Amino acid sequence: MLEKFMNMDRRIIFILVALVVIIPTLIPVRLPITVSEPTQKLYDFIEELPSGSTIMMAFDYGPSSLAEPEPMAKAVMQHCFSKGVRVIGMTLYPNTPTLADKLMRKIADENNAVYGQDYVFLGYRPGTLPVILGMGTNIANVFETDYAKTPITEIPIMENITNYDQIDLLLDLSAGSLTEAWIIYANTRYGLKIAAGVTAVIIAQMYPYLQSGQLVGMLPGYLGAAQYEKLLNAPGDGTVGLNTASFAHLLIIVLVILGNVAFFIRQEREA
Amino acid sequence: MELFGIWVAAFLTLCIYSFLYRDNPFYRFAEHLFVGISVGYGIVIAIHQGVIPLAWQPLSEAVSALWTEITGETTPEIRSALWGLFKIIPIAFGLLFFARLSPRHNWLVRYPIAILIGFGAGIAIPNMLQANIFEQTRATIEPFGAIGPFVDVPPEARLSALDIFGAILMVIGVICTLTYFFFSVEHRGPINWLSKVGIAFLMIGFGAAFGNTVMGRLALMIHRVGFLINEWIGSFGALF
Repeated sequence: MLEKFMNMDRRIIFILVALVVIIPTLIPVRLPITVSEPTQKLYDFIEELPSGSTIMMAFDYGPSSLAEPEPMAKAVMQHCFSKGVRVIGMTLYPNTPTLADKLMRKIADENNAVYGQDYVFLGYRPGTLPVILGMGTNIANVFETDYAKTPITEIPIMENITNYDQIDLLLDLSAGSLTEAWIIYANTRYGLKIAAGVTAVIIAQMYPYLQSGQLVGMLPGYLGAAQYEKLLNAPGDGTVGLNTASFAHLLIIVLVILGNVAFFIRQEREA
Repeated sequence: MELFGIWVAAFLTLCIYSFLYRDNPFYRFAEHLFVGISVGYGIVIAIHQGVIPLAWQPLSEAVSALWTEITGETTPEIRSALWGLFKIIPIAFGLLFFARLSPRHNWLVRYPIAILIGFGAGIAIPNMLQANIFEQTRATIEPFGAIGPFVDVPPEARLSALDIFGAILMVIGVICTLTYFFFSVEHRGPINWLSKVGIAFLMIGFGAAFGNTVMGRLALMIHRVGFLINEWIGSFGALF
């Protein structure tokens, strides 16, 4: 029995994981969600911004990792539009402009936001460091036009915005280490306030920056998106994803415990 | 057209997941297609969002402004466009990267690399020290300034017992983990114990990172399963 368990075909585990993901997707179950401090901090920061403030959103993820940052973007943009906070979008990922532009327009349409007045998408410029540093001096030097090739001097939202001094917060939606680049260059050098919406893989890396105050808040993966949706009282993709993930996590925990028990029993028998 | 896109995406998703059974031509087809399209798309975007607006456009405008200036029909806008001629300098240095393709001239590549390294190190070193060393050190020590009643802080700013425990634990963690990476002294006696505690902290950190990685990978799967069930299977009605 023990040997059978230890030599179990890994495809059985794949089937089990598939089942615990498919079943809750078909039959949605609403589990309780508790809001964590990093998410609450970001929510409070945006909540306290006066109408007419501006936040910048960096869509620093690719098509292969959009599962987690997209629900975060939806929730935060929804919050901003409801409060009259303007949103400037841009990306440091070459594969993202079309995705981010489409996403921003979709969320804006759902919230009756007007392009050029309530939000704008600047697009992508190559070279992480020159882009981050260049925008600290003059955004127009880096992005002379938006993604739709309109000169930014002709876009109303950009009228009184020269550099980071007029940006109240940068939210980096990241699937890699770019948040660190924003902290090191934009926060340290220009004092730009930064928050992070990161995929679960890099949450642990971000906690030191959160603890030191270099990040004003953080949305950790699906959990962060679901918590933000709860604060907005508008359940969305994050809530659905988190509920499904909770069942999968339970399965993984059970498998880890069973694996360890079997390992120690076998070690004892061999001894 | 959208329906066609959904079916292509669903087919490619199933091709990729077929690898869970075993390696097969469908998986390899989807994998190679993904790599090819990503690179091709990235190059096109880099040209349209980088090379054209930052190099080609200002340079071509500057050249035509220069011609207008020579022929005598000048305006302040034309004069201002002439500044674009200075872009020749960074473009020329950038083009030196292609010197690698010629064995006789590949030494020229040292110049753009030297500029990149010089700029990169110059800008990175002070900012990284500030962000990753000074700020982190400050954040590790700072809580001790709010421990009452030994320090003169208002009662509302004083740390709770749990916060004090957290601050002490963090200092122990920092010292022990740094001790583990301190190789100038032989790890024996108290140093050995400190480094062993450091290993425990490292293991907790790795465990947290692993748990988060599992969560992240599951999120990707949940997203694709959601797409297959809601959008692909949902599109059957429109097709049949």
